[in-house]
Amino acid sequence: MIDTQHSSSGTLVAESRKPILQAKNLVKTFGKVVGLDGVSLELYPGEVLAIIGDNGAGKSTLIKCLTGAEIPDSGELHVSGQSVSFKGPQDARTHGIETVYQNLAVSPALDVASNLFLGREERVPGPLGSLFRMLDTKGMRQKAKAELHRLGISTLQDVTVPVENLSGGQRQAVAVARAAAFGSKVVVLDEPTAALGVRESNQVLQLVRDLRDRGLPVILISHNMPHVFDVADRIHVQRLGKCAGTITPQSHSMTDAVAIMTGAATL
Amino acid sequence: MTTLETAGPPAEQKDLAGEFQDRQTPMTRIRNVLHKYPALSPAVVLLVSIVVFGLLNDRFLRVENLSLITQQVAVVGTLAIAQTLIILTAGIDLSVGAVMILSSMVMAQFAANEGAPGILALAAGLLTGLAAGALNGFLVTKFRLPPFIVTLGTLNIFVALTLLYSNGATVRGSAMPGLLTWMGTTFPVGPVRISTGVVTMLLLYLFVAYVLGKTAWGRHLYAVGDDKEAARLAGIPVNRVLMSVYLSAGAIMAVAAWIQIGRSNAASPNGGVDMNLDSITAVVIGGTSLFGGRGSVWGTLLGALIVGVFRNGLSLAGLDVLYQTLAVGILIIIAVSIDQWIRKVKS
Repeated sequence: MIDTQHSSSGTLVAESRKPILQAKNLVKTFGKVVGLDGVSLELYPGEVLAIIGDNGAGKSTLIKCLTGAEIPDSGELHVSGQSVSFKGPQDARTHGIETVYQNLAVSPALDVASNLFLGREERVPGPLGSLFRMLDTKGMRQKAKAELHRLGISTLQDVTVPVENLSGGQRQAVAVARAAAFGSKVVVLDEPTAALGVRESNQVLQLVRDLRDRGLPVILISHNMPHVFDVADRIHVQRLGKCAGTITPQSHSMTDAVAIMTGAATL
Repeated sequence: MTTLETAGPPAEQKDLAGEFQDRQTPMTRIRNVLHKYPALSPAVVLLVSIVVFGLLNDRFLRVENLSLITQQVAVVGTLAIAQTLIILTAGIDLSVGAVMILSSMVMAQFAANEGAPGILALAAGLLTGLAAGALNGFLVTKFRLPPFIVTLGTLNIFVALTLLYSNGATVRGSAMPGLLTWMGTTFPVGPVRISTGVVTMLLLYLFVAYVLGKTAWGRHLYAVGDDKEAARLAGIPVNRVLMSVYLSAGAIMAVAAWIQIGRSNAASPNGGVDMNLDSITAVVIGGTSLFGGRGSVWGTLLGALIVGVFRNGLSLAGLDVLYQTLAVGILIIIAVSIDQWIRKVKS
């Protein structure tokens, strides 16, 4: 298993390893607006990489390019050293990159288990599944339960409840569980605590640490500096479509981070 | 797990307890049950109306009358399956009646005027339905036009095409091969006479209910209707699902056309256009939400039967046709109000 106690030595340790996900010189424009202006990024095994930046700095565009929701105009993407190009979210998913979007991307009327398996439903074995395409509802429910249990999400026992009946934190847990259950290489979380209260935020942050401790690297986009400094191993600062620098919670303070973010200081 | 164990569970449990307490009030409990089983309220309405009409007039519950109701319901009931699929995707199809009439005219004319064998005429009708569905689906997915507008346009196009193609002439059943009117034939089941059309409609309901409830396609259809963007981000090919829905609906409309020829023993280019509204009525009374993602075909079958029972029961009670329409109007408004109320479970 991957050593997760490296954060004290920060970037130096991380850079001696091979990145799982690597982006080089990503450019993305929307008409005349430049969303990304040559951004590079590396994600190493077993780390939480936070991406911070002011509104319009290109955070969302960056992760959308990493997760196939947007197609960059130019630049390279590598997953485990292998060059890839995503044409849609499904492509990123087949390469083991799972995303929890800010708007959660859950179907309110479907139950927890259906949401966990949405887009990759499993069929019953035998001719019933192959010929009649019958879903293995029971099996998926059992697996959903097991996965929630494995992630320590204790508040979601009944996987047959429609997601719309859940609280904000529980929905977030469903979305994170879906990403964690299928993300074999990378889990990307876009503003996972934005709509949550203090207690629910803590639960989600704990989930992030648990994912990392299980060896899954996490990319975390957040506005919330205390949350970022709480869980991140490294922090990628976006400013005006470019990467203003990568820092660690040890090397810089929150004030420094905000200063870099707003352009008051440079690295 | 430290945070979870220290701060989490006690507060969470209190929270959950609060939620459960909230659910204890009888009204919210009813609402939750209705929310879980959308076909329940139409089922209750159907049962109550059958009992009431049975008490009002003893002819109502006679088997021949009940079998007549099912035959009257067969065409709209079949169209309503197509309508349900589309409404579940948060769309609406105003052209179902027009497509059915166009398809039935193609079947009838192809057989009567060109002398095509029944099976070829049916295939031509099916192709017509598929082409109409493809056109609607194409405009909805590629041009991103609202389904209401698309089908309002194609409704007029299909009505015009029907009249142009048929020259306004009705084709009598006797001029067609037996296969085309086969849906109108009846066979005895015990004391009742059941028409082939009714059996076909019921088989279609079974098939679509299975597909919606037990296959990934069905689940994706609900997800697309529920939240399109969420479905896309979950990796569901939204446009492909929508296209397949409009194509399937077109095929079902062609089947409805076949049943319609059998039922009226003729293919007429006039009338039938108001069947689009009748099919929407059946879907809405059946508890399927016009906002998409919620509902079932069984509810639609119940909705179609409710309309049939009301029309039949009120006319047996000697009331003017106008009162039937009035009753259906009130039913629609009640059904939509119940849907709105049920949807409040969300918040």
